[in-house]
Amino acid sequence: MSESARGGFASRFLRWGKGGEGRGAREERGEPLTTKAFGRFLAYLTAREGPVLLDLGPVVGQNVAFFGERLGCKLFVEDLFVDLDRAAKEGRGAELPDLLRGRITREDASVDGVLVWDLFDHLDRPAAAVLGEELARVLRPGGVLLGFFASGAPTPGASPTHMRYQVVDEKTITQRPAPAARPRQPALNNRDIARAFSGLTVSESFLMRSQVREILFRKPQR
Amino acid sequence: MMWKRDDSVRPSQPPPPAQPAAPAPAQAEPAYVPRTPTHTERDMVQIGKSVVIKGELSGSEDLTIEGQVEGKIELRQNVLNIGPNSKIKAQIFAKQVVVQGEVIGNVTASEKVDIRDAGSVDGDITSPKVAIAEGAHFRGSIDMQRGGAKPTEPVKVSAAPPVPAAAPAPAAKA
Repeated sequence: MSESARGGFASRFLRWGKGGEGRGAREERGEPLTTKAFGRFLAYLTAREGPVLLDLGPVVGQNVAFFGERLGCKLFVEDLFVDLDRAAKEGRGAELPDLLRGRITREDASVDGVLVWDLFDHLDRPAAAVLGEELARVLRPGGVLLGFFASGAPTPGASPTHMRYQVVDEKTITQRPAPAARPRQPALNNRDIARAFSGLTVSESFLMRSQVREILFRKPQR
Repeated sequence: MMWKRDDSVRPSQPPPPAQPAAPAPAQAEPAYVPRTPTHTERDMVQIGKSVVIKGELSGSEDLTIEGQVEGKIELRQNVLNIGPNSKIKAQIFAKQVVVQGEVIGNVTASEKVDIRDAGSVDGDITSPKVAIAEGAHFRGSIDMQRGGAKPTEPVKVSAAPPVPAAAPAPAAKA
């Protein structure tokens, strides 16, 4: 058996032992998550003509291609994690409600869908209420908002991170931690979340295996 | 300077080779032949690091900008390459735009916009194809419809619209 053939067999065997791919590759691409709410979110979005989507997470090239090329969305990217990190570095975390008020510059009722990802895990209740109100304002009646909300308390002493989410398909996304300056805040309970998005109704809510709640909100028709 | 030898002082005949009788091996270094510039090289223009342009920049050649431009850039049939140290504050219209530097302004490309890992765009992008590398900065909107191409086959989503106003899942306690 040649060296290359033996190497090929060994690497295939090792990959098989790790579930089909190396750990490095998985870490690079992110941990896969099975999502139910995301498919519902897309169902709403694709039912619209020329949907407008607001993404509040860091820009991810694959997501841009997914939403822009495959779904034909007009995509607005407002990476609010940058704002949170800047506020944390400047010691202005307590001013976040003021900083977030008016931060979303889109017009009233101009957006069909909003992706907040895990942004609200990094907000306290006052800041969450301000941002929730802003997002309800920009959503069109019938528009949808998808967010992920952690359930447990943040791990004490863990270095602060937020998640970068990448869409794989309508049922799968991957998440990968990215360094952040502002740590996760104590988890918002369901009542806090409902209050923060008081202009919206909870349309679907699922508990993932990772104990993260994925919640789909909808703005009521007039 | 060695790399710009004056032809007038070059000896009329090259010195004889050390072993003229020996046949050249099959993979010997070929004799120097002046290379004709490729299409890309011939049509690529570069604006250097120290150049600052304020106003309208238009043309029909591919362009690389390493300096600063403020105003408007129009290369509708060509590729615009924005170098790593460049700072652009302009509206951009081109066939393809590759961003490795900093752009503030709207970018319209008839084929593709490519923001590389060190690139930064603050503005609205209109192009049928947009590639954004990890680590790139982008803030603004992306419209892939008005760039001329239709979207690829849309995703078929089978999920039925949910019943509104369901109760939230049981979950965390504050």
